[in-house]
Amino acid sequence: MSLFITKYCSIKNNQVSINGNIDFTFKDSFEFGKFIRAAYRYYKIRYPKFFKMDNLCKLGFLTAEILLKDQKILNSYTSDEISIILTNSSSSLETDEKHFETIKDRDHYYPSPSIFVYTLPNIMSGEISIRHKIKGENAVFICEKYDPDFIYNQAKLTLGKERVKSCITGRVEYYDNNYESLLFLVEKENNIKDKNVKSEFIIFNVANLDEIYKS
Amino acid sequence: MAEVFAGADNIITSLGFTTSENIKNIKKGLTGLDISTDEALSPVPLPLSLIDQHRLVSSFEQYISTHHTGLINEDFTRLEKMFILSIHNALSKTRINIQDKRTLLILSTTKGNIDLLTPPLEKKFERKRVYLWELARVLKDHFGSPNTPMVVSNACISGVLGIIFGKRMIKAGLYDNVIVTGGDIITDFVISGFQSFQTLSPEPCKPFDKSRNGLSLGEGCGTIIFSSDPAIIGSNEEIRVLSGACSNDANHISGPSRTGEGLYIAIRNILKSSMLKPEDIDYISAHGTATDYNDEMESKALSWAKLNPVPVNSYKGCFGHTLGAAGVIESIISLYSMKQNILLRSTGFEELGVSRKINVIDKFKEKQINTCLKTASGFGGCNAAVIFSKY
Repeated sequence: MSLFITKYCSIKNNQVSINGNIDFTFKDSFEFGKFIRAAYRYYKIRYPKFFKMDNLCKLGFLTAEILLKDQKILNSYTSDEISIILTNSSSSLETDEKHFETIKDRDHYYPSPSIFVYTLPNIMSGEISIRHKIKGENAVFICEKYDPDFIYNQAKLTLGKERVKSCITGRVEYYDNNYESLLFLVEKENNIKDKNVKSEFIIFNVANLDEIYKS
Repeated sequence: MAEVFAGADNIITSLGFTTSENIKNIKKGLTGLDISTDEALSPVPLPLSLIDQHRLVSSFEQYISTHHTGLINEDFTRLEKMFILSIHNALSKTRINIQDKRTLLILSTTKGNIDLLTPPLEKKFERKRVYLWELARVLKDHFGSPNTPMVVSNACISGVLGIIFGKRMIKAGLYDNVIVTGGDIITDFVISGFQSFQTLSPEPCKPFDKSRNGLSLGEGCGTIIFSSDPAIIGSNEEIRVLSGACSNDANHISGPSRTGEGLYIAIRNILKSSMLKPEDIDYISAHGTATDYNDEMESKALSWAKLNPVPVNSYKGCFGHTLGAAGVIESIISLYSMKQNILLRSTGFEELGVSRKINVIDKFKEKQINTCLKTASGFGGCNAAVIFSKY
């Protein structure tokens, strides 16, 4: 089974890159909130729920949005043939702290479901799934750093299932204005419709996952 | 490809510190859920299944005095003590070496050392200990494992996912042995959040029952050892992990699907990949949180998969919802049921209160169980299912 990276997207340092090329840069502020809203507008996304998400979900959602834009996978595969395998370092720590603020003083005790629901890192894969109606394999793992071996192994094992045709995988990390995302769209060779463009795709392996991250 | 066998295990909950102690108490009809009036946990009294902290400390002191004389109780957080005792107890019944490169530790947890957001007065832990990978590193270093543990944090399906991904890695030959451990503690952090959702039951939870009124929370830790070699894992009966799958509802981040489609997809996929028919399943260990929506959703998914006649129970009535530990602890009790060929009563259940007619176990029964389906669902719309089989 040959696996190919048919597209990848990264968001870091106020920049969005697609397949390694800078596609959007924001210079007005280094505040994540302002940057991510500017990117949302730049890509003409219309999804009001975006504004309710915590920062981790906003980052994951937008990366997936740009990754899947103009891609055929949502049409060529059924909803349960697409999988999502994500990694992250800080889990939902920023929202954990936010929820904790609402309960630490018993005289000002106001826990809120709209905050609490984001105290789980897999809400991010849930948001992506809801947006694109993706119902396949779905898992979030915690790795201290970007770990190409881990991502490769788990995505490959998931794609080893006959029913799984493609995988959205990589890392989405956010804590305290420090953020970084890198998502790959991985597909099986025999499912890639346009054989002519196959030569442009990158082989899904550890070396390439490592190289793309470093570049 | 290698087969994957389930071996020795351990459960630490309010009902005991070993699997056998837990099972003995469940068979007696005891529940670990007890009304707590501790205002540090909740402004209102609430049924909770809490681990006896004195016993945890004394058990841990006994453990380090025998095995690690250089260490002290205060070196580890509450959750770390639970994990260490649980892993040690399960491992001690096997011939597996955790320091071998072919053995991997998988840690399933939703919130890890979340109590460190309010550091205990007696010992200040480093800030980074709230990171789940740091919790994993503490366990790795303690046991001298050469491999970075896999950390699964995927809401309430974390435990079942740990089993599924562990099984896949053994099957693919990446490891020979996998130790899946799941654990979570109950603090005001989790209680307040569930209270804000108004999903907590004022009485001990009653999964699938007509008068169910929400879920109950519990803390716990469970560990199961899996291996490609059935001879070294401390089990007399060969039980295989046949197949596992997960899915997403793609419907709502905090509410289960109204149709049960997500869970149905996971069940359908594993029945297909293990070439089983619905009637081949002898017993189902459901998620059964006792919220209106969850239990209703599960009844629809089971019905959709034509599993209505199969005996089903939920263990949430025994020790509440133990979050990241739930899938592991409930799998251990299911494996025990298979070995003993018994069906344990679904604690808290009296009268069916879901729209699809499913076969909830209302009293202890003996039954030949060759194949068992374990399911889980959680926030984020996630679902997971795994099949254990004697064949």
